[in-house]
Amino acid sequence: MHIRIYGLALLLAFSINQAADAASGHIDIPKYKDWTFTGVTGTFDKHELQRGFQVYREVCATCHSLKYIAFRNLEDLGYTENEIKALAATYSVIDGPNDAGDMFERPARTSDHIPGPYANDQQARVANGGALPPDLSLITKARGNGLEGSGSNYVRALLEGYTSPPAGFTVMNGMYYNKYFPGHQIAMPNPLSDGVVSYADGSPETLVQYTKDVTAFLTWTAEPHLQRRKETGLKVFVYLAFLVVFSYLAKKKVWSKLH
Amino acid sequence: MLAPDSKPAGKGVIAWIDHRLPIFTFMNHELNEYPTPRNLNYFWNFGSLSGVMLMIMIISGIVLATHYTGNTQMAFQSVERIMRDVNGGWLIRYIHANGASMFFIVVFVHMFRGLYYGSYKPPREVLWGLGVLILLLMMATAFMGYVLPWGQMSFWGATVITNLFSAIPWIGEDLVTWLWGGFSVDNPTLTRFFALHYLMPFLILGVVVLHLIALHRFGSNNPLGIDIKEKKDSIPFHPYYTIKDLFGLAVFLLVFAGFIFYQPNYLGHPDNYTPANPMVTPAHIVPEWYFLPFYAILRAFTLNIHIPFTDIMLIDAKLGGVICMFGAVMVLFFLPALDKHPVRSAKFRPYYRPFFWLFAIVCVILGYVGSQPPEGNMVIIGQICTAWYFIHFLVVLPVLSRIEPVKSLPHSISAPVLQQPARA
Repeated sequence: MHIRIYGLALLLAFSINQAADAASGHIDIPKYKDWTFTGVTGTFDKHELQRGFQVYREVCATCHSLKYIAFRNLEDLGYTENEIKALAATYSVIDGPNDAGDMFERPARTSDHIPGPYANDQQARVANGGALPPDLSLITKARGNGLEGSGSNYVRALLEGYTSPPAGFTVMNGMYYNKYFPGHQIAMPNPLSDGVVSYADGSPETLVQYTKDVTAFLTWTAEPHLQRRKETGLKVFVYLAFLVVFSYLAKKKVWSKLH
Repeated sequence: MLAPDSKPAGKGVIAWIDHRLPIFTFMNHELNEYPTPRNLNYFWNFGSLSGVMLMIMIISGIVLATHYTGNTQMAFQSVERIMRDVNGGWLIRYIHANGASMFFIVVFVHMFRGLYYGSYKPPREVLWGLGVLILLLMMATAFMGYVLPWGQMSFWGATVITNLFSAIPWIGEDLVTWLWGGFSVDNPTLTRFFALHYLMPFLILGVVVLHLIALHRFGSNNPLGIDIKEKKDSIPFHPYYTIKDLFGLAVFLLVFAGFIFYQPNYLGHPDNYTPANPMVTPAHIVPEWYFLPFYAILRAFTLNIHIPFTDIMLIDAKLGGVICMFGAVMVLFFLPALDKHPVRSAKFRPYYRPFFWLFAIVCVILGYVGSQPPEGNMVIIGQICTAWYFIHFLVVLPVLSRIEPVKSLPHSISAPVLQQPARA
């Protein structure tokens, strides 16, 4: 009977998974195996994140904001404080009002959030044929089915999913065919291809490398504490494992007095 | 009043206080000496686990509330601030978000245990009723809590569920406007949901105290479903069940931690990481998993009921669905009146037993149906299962009460236990 109850619980968990699958419209998203951040001991590769940030800055940032990330957060990527200060200073932000009551422009500080490409959503829509490029801070958690890595798989697949449409498929004006996008018609033109970003560290300048790097970076922006979470989890598991064993032994001992 | 000759607990200050406020006598009586059947199995762990979950939710929730902002312009951002900038904020939020699911899991197991072993039967009808009331309060609390992060599912879930009240004839529309504090789910709705989400756990706590008072009146039921008859049928709660509950808690926390640290977003919906947008409706609006069976029951009703041979509509499909959904919880209050069979435990009810399992399976199927778009086979499967949900309570149980023979029960709890070789 115990087994049956656990079976029911499992079935229930399964049904939740199904719900998410149904919502994604039955497109098979590839399950990439080369992530560094999945699994119990997953970690971020700082070099990869830096490359991903470069791809974001040089390509994605043209249209997409990253509003939950402040320059100071980039320390997680292995940049020094001075590097971050220098980087922030290349952006300008509106501050104020000053004593004269005027708003003014100043170079960004490390405490500022990364400024987006548009002043507001309306401006973003006008510049993109009516479509709103979503903020990317949480994109890898806002896609997929809730399982860790599923949103990252989706984002990466999407970036690699620009192909020519199958025969008989008409793509609407201003839309692009993507085999992983729900409905297969996406307003974003293919952003990446071999050689568009020059890496300083000698990594291959290929589409596949770009998509992996930028998706890893966006996984970090969505879940900056991922590594910390998994490390803490391991300690908690060791502690709980001891608690399970010793509370079981104690229980056995106490109950052995009964006859 | 305390009998004048009763001995106060402890010595010195403790005894002085206890003589005036017999709190120590009370605790000793209810937690230490409290006689408990000696044959409780591990399904009896889920009561104390529910209590632990309630405390975890209240404590983590108060911490979150100190950082959260209940305003539509800032709610989503404040949750992200908790996740990114508050020390340990990610941990507290993941504990709270996954804790809601864990709370429902342990409460569902606790309730199915009650159904299997007849824990709702005399003299524990009020105990059961208070439990159903706790479930109802939990559902309201969880629903409002899910709205607070102000993501897409928060907004659209709130819109769908509050709109249910518009099905009530005549006053429905006005009632919904009143609930919203406006003409759509908006800032007033969010603000009041935050206030109520903070209030309701303390109402739950109050009902839990009543639940415990009712429990301690007659003590726990047990797998045999027979009363404690002699001294050796029972053992003191401490240390036997305190240590057993601790072991159960440790195992449970292992599962809980698995979700928190390794799959923290599996039980939520990815759409809730997109800020609420009243202009964009998600492809499928799905409630949290613990509401799915009820959601399936809500959608099962697709028929408008007319007065025969006229166009006058009595109950439209929407109202019918709402009545069914609330009825699915309300019928639980009447369970002690519907199942009058004198034998408590399904162990000694061979007729009832298969129906119990059928009911459990029907609930799981309803959960699955609730997760799917209401199309094709899902509609008819949902309707059959919804019908069976009610048939189980309204037909099967009353009929079994009449026709199921009463088997002879074990003489006492200790008799069969002591005959078996000792088990840990």
